[in-house]
Amino acid sequence: MGRIQLKQVKKAFGDVTVIPPLDLEIEDGEFVVFVGPSGCGKSTLLRLIAGLEDTTSGIIEIDGKDATGLPPAKRGLAMVFQSYALYPHMSVRKNIAFPMKMAGLSPEEQNRRIEAAAKALNLTDYLDRRPGQLSGGQRQRVAIGRAIVREPAAFLFDEPLSNLDAALRVGMRLEISELHKRLATTMVYVTHDQVEAMTMADKIVVLQAGVIEQVGSPLELYHSPRNRFVAGFIGSPKMNLIEGPEAAKHNAHTIGIRPEHLTVSTDSGDWHGTVGVSEHLGSDTFFHVKIDGFAEPLTVRVGGDFDLHYGDAIQLTPDPALIHKFDAKGLRIT
Amino acid sequence: MATKHSRVAARVMLAPAVILLLGWMLVPLTMTLFFSFKKYLPLRGDSMANGLDWVGFENYTRFVGSSSFWPSVQATLVIVGGVLFVTVILGIVLALLLDQPMWGQGVVRILVIAPFFVMPTVSALVWKNMFMDPVNGLLAHLWKFFGAEPLQWLSQASMPSLILIVSWQWLPFATLILLTAVQSLDSEQLEAAEMDGAPYIKRFWFIVLPHLSRAITIVILIQTIFLLSIFAEIFVTTGGAFGTKTLSYLIFQRVLESQNVGLGSAGGVYAIILANIVAIFLMRIVGKNLDA
Amino acid sequence: MARAVTTNRKILNTAIAWGVGLVIFFPILWTILTSFKTEAQAISDPPVFLFFDWTLENYAVVQERSDYMRFLWNSVILAGVSTVLGLIIAVPAAWSMAFVPSKRTKDILLWMLSTKMLPAVGVLYPIYLLFIQLGLLDSRLGLIIVLMLINLPIIVWMLYTYFKEIPGEILEASRMDGAGLKDEILYVLTPMAVPGIASTLLLNFILAWNEAFWTLNLTAAKAAPLTAFIASYSSPEGLFFAKLSAASTMAIAPILILGWFSQKQLVRGLTFGAVK
Repeated sequence: MGRIQLKQVKKAFGDVTVIPPLDLEIEDGEFVVFVGPSGCGKSTLLRLIAGLEDTTSGIIEIDGKDATGLPPAKRGLAMVFQSYALYPHMSVRKNIAFPMKMAGLSPEEQNRRIEAAAKALNLTDYLDRRPGQLSGGQRQRVAIGRAIVREPAAFLFDEPLSNLDAALRVGMRLEISELHKRLATTMVYVTHDQVEAMTMADKIVVLQAGVIEQVGSPLELYHSPRNRFVAGFIGSPKMNLIEGPEAAKHNAHTIGIRPEHLTVSTDSGDWHGTVGVSEHLGSDTFFHVKIDGFAEPLTVRVGGDFDLHYGDAIQLTPDPALIHKFDAKGLRIT
Repeated sequence: MATKHSRVAARVMLAPAVILLLGWMLVPLTMTLFFSFKKYLPLRGDSMANGLDWVGFENYTRFVGSSSFWPSVQATLVIVGGVLFVTVILGIVLALLLDQPMWGQGVVRILVIAPFFVMPTVSALVWKNMFMDPVNGLLAHLWKFFGAEPLQWLSQASMPSLILIVSWQWLPFATLILLTAVQSLDSEQLEAAEMDGAPYIKRFWFIVLPHLSRAITIVILIQTIFLLSIFAEIFVTTGGAFGTKTLSYLIFQRVLESQNVGLGSAGGVYAIILANIVAIFLMRIVGKNLDA
Repeated sequence: MARAVTTNRKILNTAIAWGVGLVIFFPILWTILTSFKTEAQAISDPPVFLFFDWTLENYAVVQERSDYMRFLWNSVILAGVSTVLGLIIAVPAAWSMAFVPSKRTKDILLWMLSTKMLPAVGVLYPIYLLFIQLGLLDSRLGLIIVLMLINLPIIVWMLYTYFKEIPGEILEASRMDGAGLKDEILYVLTPMAVPGIASTLLLNFILAWNEAFWTLNLTAAKAAPLTAFIASYSSPEGLFFAKLSAASTMAIAPILILGWFSQKQLVRGLTFGAVK
């Protein structure tokens, strides 16, 4: 079981309020991702749940029981840190065994769980090595192994992939998702990378300056962002946001159109412009287009082989059904 | 950042160290301050139990007024200044020398550091007898070898002798710290200067020396604090005779030899004030480093 | 800033450095050599350097006459126990300042340092008096307490600078793993800080061993360590170069060896982390 409820939880360091009172429910077995730009309070929120920080006010319940005043050790949660935080003086085996040793499990049970975790994480050959002798990805797996064997109510991940290189990151992303499917344990995952959020989450919590901007499934966030911030944050490349007369035509302060929702043509279209820099990824091509009368250039996604070059004339047409409209406060107009 | 639990635990765990040091500082300090305003001559029957006479600032004025006071201040300044001068200059030279590429660097380092580990009583005794003895000392032999009349080192040249002994003990300290500082100098800076056509002297003056300034300051301050209270070296060599009676030695004599506790305590208060003036500068530097 | 130079330059450097090193080391070398001479050879004119009849007689005489072992034992006990005691008190203190810093941490650290700068002579009589009152004069216990207290600031400081280098996330991980405070310090922090703790131990052992103000003034015979043992040789009637050398060699040899092991950490310990 791993149901976590935050009720009016607030965190302030001295006079600085990092997280104004917020409510959040994390259901048992859910994969929840906290995402937001750096400094948005997502890590602090995770550390509040972990018990590594005190709440200034409010209540944190784990499985219906008030855990607000409990020390981290008593909350039954496991955490994977950004730096992995492995014990450098212990072998991999001892690292994984440590939480079980603290819990006073029998050596037989400890061994059984270590073997199982090592097998699941491909660490069997490395059990007697020290963390210093492992690669980044292997260290990450040890950290996960150390978390698994506790059989926690929930896993907490604090930007666990940000120290890995791009290729490894994709692999580990899959492994963690796989792990979640297999264990069906609650996972709370903090990242600043919206791709990680989109690919892994059941539920995404978008944070900005300690405030929850929107909670929803990845596709809900993608299709109907509640405000401009979420619209700009979720999706890659970023949604094009257009203000001024063009927005006014749609009775909005700002309109947004995703790069993949623009049709490109050389002879006909709503918006006329010239091609700027183009980025060829092979499968896709992104054009940065300067449109006459628009303040900002637009980003457009087209197929891999699209033969347009710097300075060429281009015409764009947005899909009218997929235009997002926002008012002057940045809120979505429905 | 931490939780209430850990903050409470932290306070509890810090408490023993703080309480012990607070006691160690406050109890004797208060007593010294108390005695310094009293007439307290244990040999003449004064005791805490019988009550001590309040004499106001008499001990303070008498301590400063005594004929030994100013000579002791002078002796203190000469020793501290002399040793600082010798150790800092030689320390820089040695640090630069040891930083050069050579064979057996580790062994040389060990040879140079060794005097620091010699206990003060041993080094004083060895120098006093085996080197500075006017008849059988090695220096006497050396003088005779060059046809000169051997010196009565510790009486005729008591101050230079004492400075020599103490400098020998503290040179390793200065060298070690300055060497650490030299090694932390970015070689690209020097190479850039060399590319700019700066000769060695200029590179030393404009790059190396400014880089060392912090380390030099630290050497000066820490050594000053220790040098202000050197004891064993004087105790063993001259016993405070021949103009080597420093302020701390004078206080020691007042308190333990002539058993004038009131007078000695007043002297102690002066010494504490003096040490604190130096300490404040040192703490500023260390404190700044804490923020970094 | 060292860099490649020509071989000639290197030979010159080596020669100069070894020359200077030997000059500085010479008094120690000379003392050790003299300790193996007979008294007559020790004061022979001209002095003999290496070609004399090596003898161990002086060591036997020194031990017999002044019971060297007793002083040595006192030194070991005083320096050892005071250092270990200091560590036991300092580890929790350093933990709390390094990992749970508060607004006052810096002030406390600096204040601790300031107690180290209190001139001993300024508080000599009060301590002397307290020792008489408490029956601690010339007792090992009394000196252990004093040595522990005068070195405590250095121990706390050294440990603090070492602990500072340990990432706090690892300690947090242990908390998440269910470790209590005791487990955290015992199983995670201490093993990780072993090199730092070892060098702190070593340096403070040396400082306590060589301490020559309190050990001279607060002991008479029973608790006197080697510093006092040597000081007793300063009276003229006891003056025999060879025996003095043997006694000195015995007093400094253990610490010279320990000192060579700790030289790397010396700088940090003695400058309170201001120079690394």
